[in-house]
Amino acid sequence: MCATCGCGSDGKTTYFLVDKDLSHIRDHNHSHPHSHDHPHDQGHTHPQPNEKKIIDVEMDVLYQNNLLAERNRGYFDAKNILALNLVSSPGSGKTSLLEKTLTDLKAELCFAVIEGDQQTNNDADRIFATGTKVTQINTGKGCHLDAHMILHATRGLKPADNSVLFIENVGNLVCPAMFDLGEKERVVIISVTEGDDKPLKYPDMFHSSTLCIINKIDLLPYVPFDIEKVKANAKKVNHKLEIIEVSCTTGEGLPIWYQWLKSKVLQPEPAI
Amino acid sequence: MHELSVVMGIIKIAEDYAIAAGAHSVDEVELDIGTLSGIDMDSMDFAWKQAKKGTMLNDSVKKINSITAKAKCLDCNAEFPIKNYYDACPVCGEHLINIICGKELKVRSLLVS
Ligand SMILES: Nc1nc2c(ncn2[C@@H]2O[C@H](COP(=O)(O)OP(=O)(O)O)[C@@H](O)[C@H]2O)c(=O)[nH]1
Ligand SMILES: [Mg+2]
Ligand SMILES: [Zn+2]
Ligand SMILES: [Zn+2]
Ligand SMILES: [Zn+2]
Ligand SMILES: [Zn+2]
Repeated sequence: MCATCGCGSDGKTTYFLVDKDLSHIRDHNHSHPHSHDHPHDQGHTHPQPNEKKIIDVEMDVLYQNNLLAERNRGYFDAKNILALNLVSSPGSGKTSLLEKTLTDLKAELCFAVIEGDQQTNNDADRIFATGTKVTQINTGKGCHLDAHMILHATRGLKPADNSVLFIENVGNLVCPAMFDLGEKERVVIISVTEGDDKPLKYPDMFHSSTLCIINKIDLLPYVPFDIEKVKANAKKVNHKLEIIEVSCTTGEGLPIWYQWLKSKVLQPEPAI
Repeated sequence: MHELSVVMGIIKIAEDYAIAAGAHSVDEVELDIGTLSGIDMDSMDFAWKQAKKGTMLNDSVKKINSITAKAKCLDCNAEFPIKNYYDACPVCGEHLINIICGKELKVRSLLVS
């Protein structure tokens, strides 16, 4: 099924809710008793053999994904869950940022995490070690998460009302840009060990994100990374993008990220 | 990269519509693709050839309407074609621009038999 990189190759995606006992991973590999197909209301005229016919379609190619993303969004809204989609190249520090955040804010906020990786449960295990509910999605050869995967992962995870749901996407700055998961905010992370032209090389991702975190600023003295230039480049691609500089190692800048995060959490509406 | 997912999406839509119309094959797929849709045409061609095999689109050709991306400057209101998100306004040089079109990725029509 997978020709270039395997995106869309379905049937190979697996879901694991990490259980109390780490050595014991519960398998949430769903069969598909339901379908998310849309009903067809086109007329059922049957052309004669060899008769050619033009059909007007006017449909977005990502319609199916967008529909499921809106469904996820409705679920999150109804439960007042703040869903964030974390995207970056491999190794920029998504999991490290989550480990810090989950540990530092666990007394103040309720969290749940969905981890997306092609293989392994390593990241989910790291999250679980912080005491947070986590589901690992393994996409096999797929290089991005899609709304359908989030729908299934969320059903297994059952994030609490008024919680913050972090979705760590597969490390890839290209295709995850196209796939809405139903998130409220998209956070793109780059580290100072990457090139300062990254926003220009991956403009779709920077254009579709609301926040950019520049990580590993503890390494700035050792690398040729022009932080003002990267900020200018990111702003050229997306003038609305907010930018926060942090180091997950030293903790520098993390309070600003925590402040940003808390500002996005809506207080539950009082029951009337 | 993700072009295979996109092609699979196109095939799914085309087959659904063709089946609903009682057709047995899709001869042509007309697509609207914006120049800022994030689609790489070479990857798309490759994925297309691979993925349509054995489907109702086996002998299908794709006709692509390429839609040139345009933006509007928030400072001076100029409208202009752009190649990249980071292009500056050609009139005032600012980067405060909004994309007006060019992100399209749509199946416009099918020719079935
Ligand atoms: N020096 C430094 N290293 C970091 C920082 N944040 C993460 N790392 C390291 O970068 C590597 C990749 O981090 P990880 O969180 O797994 O990245 P992910 O692939 O985006 O989830 C790990 O070895 C981390 O220890 C940081 O702020 N400073
Ligand atoms: Mg990770
Ligand atoms: Zn499903
Ligand atoms: Zn992908
Ligand atoms: Zn891809
Ligand atoms: Zn202008």
